[in-house]
Amino acid sequence: MNKKQKKTLYRIITAAVLFIAAAAAPVTGYVELVLFIIPYLVIGYDVLRKAFKGIINGQIFDENFLMAIATVGALLLGEYPEAVAVMLFYQVGELFESCAVEKSRRNISDLMDIAPDYANLEIGGGGFEAVDPDDVEIGSVIVIKPGERIPIDGEIIEGSSVLNTSALTGESVPRDVAPGDAVISGCINMTGLLRVRTTKEFGESTVSRILELVEESSMKKSRSENFITKFAKYYTPIVCISAAVLAALPPLANILLLNPEPMWAEWAIRALTFLVISCPCALVISVPLSFFGGIGGASAKGILIKGSNYLESLAKAKYIVMDKTGTLTKGKFQVEQIAAESIAEDELLRYAAHAELYSDHPISRCIRDTYEGGLEPQLVSEETEISGMGVKVMYEGKAVAAGNAKLMASIGIEAPIINNPGTVVYVAVDDVYAGYILVADTVKPGAKKAVDSLKSLGIREITLLTGDLKNAAVDTAEKLGIEDVKYELLPEQKVYEVEKILERKQDKEQLVFVGDGINDAPVLMRADIGIAMGAMGSDAAIEAADIVLMDDDPEKIGTAIKISKKTLGIVYQNIVFALGVKGICLILGALGIAGMWAAIFADVGVMVIAVMNAMRALNTKNI
Amino acid sequence: MKKTYKIEVDCAVCAGKMEEAAKKTEGVKDAAVSFLTQKMKVEFEDGADVDHIMKAVASACKKVEADCEIFLD
Repeated sequence: MNKKQKKTLYRIITAAVLFIAAAAAPVTGYVELVLFIIPYLVIGYDVLRKAFKGIINGQIFDENFLMAIATVGALLLGEYPEAVAVMLFYQVGELFESCAVEKSRRNISDLMDIAPDYANLEIGGGGFEAVDPDDVEIGSVIVIKPGERIPIDGEIIEGSSVLNTSALTGESVPRDVAPGDAVISGCINMTGLLRVRTTKEFGESTVSRILELVEESSMKKSRSENFITKFAKYYTPIVCISAAVLAALPPLANILLLNPEPMWAEWAIRALTFLVISCPCALVISVPLSFFGGIGGASAKGILIKGSNYLESLAKAKYIVMDKTGTLTKGKFQVEQIAAESIAEDELLRYAAHAELYSDHPISRCIRDTYEGGLEPQLVSEETEISGMGVKVMYEGKAVAAGNAKLMASIGIEAPIINNPGTVVYVAVDDVYAGYILVADTVKPGAKKAVDSLKSLGIREITLLTGDLKNAAVDTAEKLGIEDVKYELLPEQKVYEVEKILERKQDKEQLVFVGDGINDAPVLMRADIGIAMGAMGSDAAIEAADIVLMDDDPEKIGTAIKISKKTLGIVYQNIVFALGVKGICLILGALGIAGMWAAIFADVGVMVIAVMNAMRALNTKNI
Repeated sequence: MKKTYKIEVDCAVCAGKMEEAAKKTEGVKDAAVSFLTQKMKVEFEDGADVDHIMKAVASACKKVEADCEIFLD
């Protein structure tokens, strides 16, 4: 509880004691009024003051005004205990609400508690001192001890360690780092001491940017929020006017009908009950709080959502267009298979690695990287690269050829036909066929599950767009169970394909594009919702996308949609619940069945329940 | 140009009122208030006198919600 809340609490206790004393005192008339006025003023002076200021500034119909009118009205009608009680419970409710909201706010920021408080700046003589990360200039050297959080993005100049990235990605897969590696703020250094040269200012570092994004996300308002704000604008005046009508019309009718008893007081009390119910705060607070909770919960899973509006529309996603390389596949060539004939497998790899020694092709690089023994360039000579076929070299005095079937044919070898997707590199030693190596871009482990879960979430169409060749594209699509695939596309053709879908879909249905964020910026912008993957440290992706998945896991797309649906469900529950209870209380109030007490529940109770329900959005553990 | 200010406001409806008041202030291109993070983000028109405008924003907000505070640092 903060100072303001404590003060309110003391006022509530004081007023409650005075109230009970007043109620117990055997007095009537003006003495009674005075006795009740004391607790009334203790508990309500600020409401009266604000109401008065509001009237001066032309702001009638705010909650202070409503409470002031309702309670002053009750006092005038001689309902002293009701007046004090209403004010008392109103303040209890306000206090409860402010505590609940603050607690939720704290919960969310705890979740986002990835900002470091200090940085160990190295000073002359090998020592270091803890300084405010804001004061560290680019190019300074900072020291990160085991167990500490990396405060600023930089590059390791000394030391190696294992980093825990879970604060950023939601996954606790440790990452090994060594000198020369770039490190990102927000990760926790687990084992070794690191000396890091900073490459960014604190304000520009990953951790600061993420926090900024999440904080600002509540400013990009969802349609539900805008609806409720607009609704509140009309709701309060309408209830107030109804209250006035309720106070005046029935008694007037009584007079016209020559009823001996016009019952002014009775109807006035009913009208005051109306006023107490009319405050729209429960609605207005619970909707953005649900979205904020959803965004906070998503970020705990490594999903950054840049606005409540995106979280809202994600639930209506019907079309998902995905990039292949880097999104569903690892985007890295990998040796899939080594099929040796007549020699050992690692022998075959050794020959191939040396044959490809000087080639710059990604496939050659991949084969070299796979070979774990040391390369011996001094033993390689007479290298010739035959364009469109492969390479020939002399290695250890033997003629080694590595390339496609055409190359094999040129030296009189009939290479076996391999139907596996990927690129086949045949190897011949001294014109004798030695075997082949299959190199392919591999599908990410979670990709199939990701596609399946999207289908079960009611996505109507999943489309795969890629710049890759037909074989690789169709193969990946088949493996993942995606029917619609477009291949050999240039970046602008991807935009065109997305636009075609945008044209035929209905307005309410959302098109989501998922890409790796590096060369997909135009498509990310064009789609209704752009999701960028694997954004650890990529500024371009964070900039262009609406939702950023911090790690490379495509399964997070489905997770994000589930969080969106859950959040939206909570939002609707709150809207229906709050409007429903208020509506019922208004009717019961007009009929004289519900009194001030029910009205207070309709106002404060509903708000507290709605806030607590909204907090469920924060919990994304079991999604 | 955009700037973010810390604010203090007690209720969600009031935050909405502040947002509208800020938007209507001359020299302000767009404004957004988040009740949850207690922050106001203001986008100024080009070449605007920020200090001057923010004073106007603060007084406009005071008018619609007497109990609010904008921290102009």
